[in-house]
Amino acid sequence: MTSILTNLFDGVAYGMLLFVLACGLAVTLGLMNFVNLAHGAFAMAGGYVCMLLVNKSGWPFFAALPLAFVSAAVIGVLLERTLYRHLYTRSHLDQVLFSIGLTFMSVAAVDYFMGSSRVFINLPDALQGQFDFFGVGIGRYRLMIIVICGLLTVALQLILAKTRFGSRLRAAVDDPRAASGLGINVPQVFAFTFAFGCGLAGLGGALSAEILGLDPYFPLKFMIYFLIVVTVGGSSSITGPFLASLLLGIGDVAGKYYVPKMGPFVIYTMMIVILIWRPNGLFGRTAAR
Amino acid sequence: MSVRHKMLSWAATAAAVASLAAVAPAGAQDAVKIGLILPMTGGQASTGKQIENAIKLYMQQKGDTVAGKKIEVIVKDDGAVPDKTKTAAQELIVNDKVNFIAGFGVTPAALAAAPLATQAKIPEVVMAAGTSIITERSPYIVRTSFTLAQSANIIGDWAAKNGIKKVATLTSDYAPGNDALNFFKERFTAGGGEIVEEVKVPLQNPDFAPFLQRMKDAKPDALYVFVPAGQGGNFMKQYAERGLDKAGIKVIGPGDVTDDDLLNNMGDAVLGTVTAHLYSAAHPSAMNKDFVAAYKKAFGSRPGFMAVSGYDGIHLIYEALKKTNGDTNGDKLIEAMKGMKWESPRGPISIDPETRDIVQNIYIRKVEKVDGELYNVEFATFEAVKDSGKTKK
Repeated sequence: MTSILTNLFDGVAYGMLLFVLACGLAVTLGLMNFVNLAHGAFAMAGGYVCMLLVNKSGWPFFAALPLAFVSAAVIGVLLERTLYRHLYTRSHLDQVLFSIGLTFMSVAAVDYFMGSSRVFINLPDALQGQFDFFGVGIGRYRLMIIVICGLLTVALQLILAKTRFGSRLRAAVDDPRAASGLGINVPQVFAFTFAFGCGLAGLGGALSAEILGLDPYFPLKFMIYFLIVVTVGGSSSITGPFLASLLLGIGDVAGKYYVPKMGPFVIYTMMIVILIWRPNGLFGRTAAR
Repeated sequence: MSVRHKMLSWAATAAAVASLAAVAPAGAQDAVKIGLILPMTGGQASTGKQIENAIKLYMQQKGDTVAGKKIEVIVKDDGAVPDKTKTAAQELIVNDKVNFIAGFGVTPAALAAAPLATQAKIPEVVMAAGTSIITERSPYIVRTSFTLAQSANIIGDWAAKNGIKKVATLTSDYAPGNDALNFFKERFTAGGGEIVEEVKVPLQNPDFAPFLQRMKDAKPDALYVFVPAGQGGNFMKQYAERGLDKAGIKVIGPGDVTDDDLLNNMGDAVLGTVTAHLYSAAHPSAMNKDFVAAYKKAFGSRPGFMAVSGYDGIHLIYEALKKTNGDTNGDKLIEAMKGMKWESPRGPISIDPETRDIVQNIYIRKVEKVDGELYNVEFATFEAVKDSGKTKK
């Protein structure tokens, strides 16, 4: 019984992590209709910035996390203004080719400057180890992930649904021409959204270094996972990818625990079954764009 | 435009040819060329870098001339992808006319080059890959690294004799991982031990947590682990996070999991881990102390077992050339290498004249803190261990 709860806890933490990493992609893909395969590169950038600040400059971990967000967002906005902007109106194939090229360049660049071996972020002692909660082993670090990611999810949902910026963004996506006719600065809204998505990825990258491992191949290794989250969740809202992440996280952990021989396949089997059942994802729009 | 373009490219070609012609006569006749094929990029890049560093260091120390011939090393990156290894080996043999091919970060890479070594009749010096079968694939293969059977067998014996009764195994699901598992299991169960849980983890594994939870619930005396060198750090972190160290479950295994390259960053959870391996940077010999100091000075990091394998590999090439008096005939070189014995930073080693594989001491080591840094401290030695993957036949 207790091991079931421990697994559930681990699964939720893993799912939350996937969500923070992938939700930026859900935003760019779903709301802006742009296929950005280089999403993982921003996550990696955030992870490395956090690592450098904590390990080399002695920053406290919790102070470095926001910086990971900011730096990834700044890189995002720079690239958006210089490169991505020109591809919004191009075909999806062009976008894929462009962003995968960018991914390979980021891998090579990080390999060159930081070396290819895996790096770790020095964590404060308070975040290490496990404690017992009525017999259920709770990892402190994973608990922190759940708290941070849970708060983020609520905040995101509120911003999108309740704020003026959220409605502008939705308007800009649904009909850019009408939106700009109404005085909404569409390119600015897109740039800001893109940067925010990159920032979230950067934060996710910093959080995941401890659990998924951080090396220059991060963007390639986890691209599949991000895409699974977005396809399974459907890309029209935040709730879809969120539930999909949780489902995949729990499924992956449980699969590896109970049927270790089949472990790595569970996540893909789930994806296939869900997509056969609902081809547009759990919360996808029924009409194709 | 196009005329100008053509002229430019002609000019460039002419310049290139001229510069080639200028260089060629100087080195062509009395040079010995070594084609070094290593993973310099990708997940195995640390292996490639260590070997390249060690070879540079050796050539700095011993000079680049042997038996009157200048040694020239050409490095090619294969990213540990066997197809690329093969292309690289072909280019080196056909275009560069190398006298040796060497390196090989992973088993499939070493195997991919084997038929080429046979056809070209040149020695293939394997400096990293560790599966038993490699040296059987060509009469021109010599190995200066190790085989997994050597350390997996020894740790199996040791565990059975030292009060470890129940073991859970966690090994990466690929050829060396399976070697590590089977050779351990064979000796450990023969010694009366019991395997209570056996998990093979995918090679590209992001998160060990669920597997480790399963291990913890199986309540073994020890956890036998083999993961490729780069993953050791991640594994030890999660091992500690999950509290397996506090549950009294020790980690044992071949030394890849506590590779010197990464050991010092693994944190205190790794203390007390017992492994069997060929080399520790803490090996207490004068030669090793000099080697470690020189390596640290040159490259700013600690040498691992891959560095030592590279260092010994180039030494073997130098000594073979000395013995043949600079003759680069492949058969003569292989003959010269067979049975060669020398003192390496890891201890006394030799090349088995029958299998062309390495014979070396295997040490049982425990991770301890020495001067504030984590080291594998050797406390027992099994002398002159051959590769049991072959001696069995």
